[in-house]
Amino acid sequence: MGLTISIINISGEDAAMSNTNHPFWVIVNKEISDYVRSWRFIILIVIIALTCMGSLYTALTNIREAIKPNDPDGAFLFLKLFTVSDGTLPSFAVFISFLGPLLGISLGFDAINSEQNKGTLSRILSQPIHRDYLINAKFVAALTVIGIMLFMLGFLVMGFGLIAIGIPPTAEEFMRVIFFLLVSLFYVAFWLNLSIFFSIRFKQAATSALACVAIWLFFSVFYNMIINLVGKALSPSAWASDYQVIAYQRFMLNLLRFAPSELFNEATMTLLMPSVRSLGPLTMEQVHGAIPSPLPLGQSLLVVWPQLTGLIAATVVCFALSYVSFMRKEVRSR
Amino acid sequence: MCQYVIELTGLTKKYGNFTAVNDLNLQIRKGEIFGLLGPNGAGKSTTILMMLGLTEPTTGSVKVCNIDSTTHPIDVKRKVGYLPEDVGFYEDMTGIENLIYTAALNGIRKKEARAKAEQLLDRVGLLKEADKKAGKYSKGMRQRLGLADVLIKSPEVIILDEPTSGIDPAGVQEFMDLIRQLSREEGLTVLFSSHHLNQVRQVCDRVGLFGGGKLLAEIELTDLHKTEHGLDDIYNQYFGGGRSHE
Repeated sequence: MGLTISIINISGEDAAMSNTNHPFWVIVNKEISDYVRSWRFIILIVIIALTCMGSLYTALTNIREAIKPNDPDGAFLFLKLFTVSDGTLPSFAVFISFLGPLLGISLGFDAINSEQNKGTLSRILSQPIHRDYLINAKFVAALTVIGIMLFMLGFLVMGFGLIAIGIPPTAEEFMRVIFFLLVSLFYVAFWLNLSIFFSIRFKQAATSALACVAIWLFFSVFYNMIINLVGKALSPSAWASDYQVIAYQRFMLNLLRFAPSELFNEATMTLLMPSVRSLGPLTMEQVHGAIPSPLPLGQSLLVVWPQLTGLIAATVVCFALSYVSFMRKEVRSR
Repeated sequence: MCQYVIELTGLTKKYGNFTAVNDLNLQIRKGEIFGLLGPNGAGKSTTILMMLGLTEPTTGSVKVCNIDSTTHPIDVKRKVGYLPEDVGFYEDMTGIENLIYTAALNGIRKKEARAKAEQLLDRVGLLKEADKKAGKYSKGMRQRLGLADVLIKSPEVIILDEPTSGIDPAGVQEFMDLIRQLSREEGLTVLFSSHHLNQVRQVCDRVGLFGGGKLLAEIELTDLHKTEHGLDDIYNQYFGGGRSHE
């Protein structure tokens, strides 16, 4: 609406009141302090810290068996802290892919509708701020909180691992972990945006929470089943050519990739297991003569670039949806 | 400055087939207390939302202090304080923290904001409860805190949408006196929306009778109207039924 005006105003005001914060950061500050003090955040951080400690424990007890003589990932012992498990408790990476959505949903599902129900929305929006400040600030605040939490946990796992196994990570391993944490942040941001969208769309916080959880369950449980059904119906006959079989495999994989969790898993596995060279089917011809050696970080990033783009695109779509629906929303008191 | 603080021309708002506000023309002068009187669902709140740019008019224009509310809502909101019906506050923050937050959103410095908030809380009679959580406030206290919240940005116009709903009679009286006082002392223009005939009669200089999204009549409230039942008769003429719903 008044974007150009706001830019002029911002620069004009900054000179006049350099002592005050910009309203946007005022909201971000307030939201962050709200999140940090809330019970749900404390509960979440306890759950996630516990599970991460659990996965670290299994990783440490099994790391000895995880190293095999001809393992191309053998040189990346440190990364195994994030991926190794004995089957009883999932690894750190799997935990994040499972709990990340929960984290995003629980911080965003009542972002707007709770303000509406408390009667604060119309009061805040009658202040001289742009409407999008509110959702942008909420998003930035939640993402800051999540980011700090994820990096804290990641560094904790690294720190404990360092003490326990006594082998420091190489620079590349460290960078791989950083990228892994960044990808996790994008993944959680997707769920956060989805839940903010539902919080605008649905008046009741319970409805929006349920809608988010339903989508999460759909993608984590039912989507695979549906894909399997489709796969069975479409599977090529036993006499199909290799070409057809590969095309079929590619198609199935692409269907799977509509699930954000699949994108996230592919991205993290490639980043944390440097020996992963491709995420699609490979023919014998393509693999012929290849030495099973790890890829450098840059190449691993290239392999997962489409996945990353997909994740970011999904996040942006959700954000755009919530942006549009919020800007046009009529704000009544309660 | 401008002769008319609020100018509505040909304002219409439609929700599908339903017309909430129908071709409304209205001018409000500087410094007056204008009462928007009408039954529930007459389109009073919708009109107010359009004045603040919180919803877009279907056709027509709203100008507040010569600024178009639809295209420049931020500039309008700098000058207008709005107290919604049944206002809400952040319940884990104290009364004064809520006020300081609003002040910060208006770009007021922290020190200044605190001093001003204390002064306003004193004015609305909540200074003792300043450090109480807003969640513990009663309805009447919340409404008074709302008034302080509206005033903290030093507005030129304040818009009050059914500000007295849910307050006991003594509280209403106090609230009305406060509004009258404020308007006179600070030269504020007040738009007061209500369905209580008595309250409107008490404080307003001019009244617009509102019904079915239309302005049915504009009445200057002279002393005659205030003492006798002049306004009642006009109200009954349009809306029928008994006197005010006090």
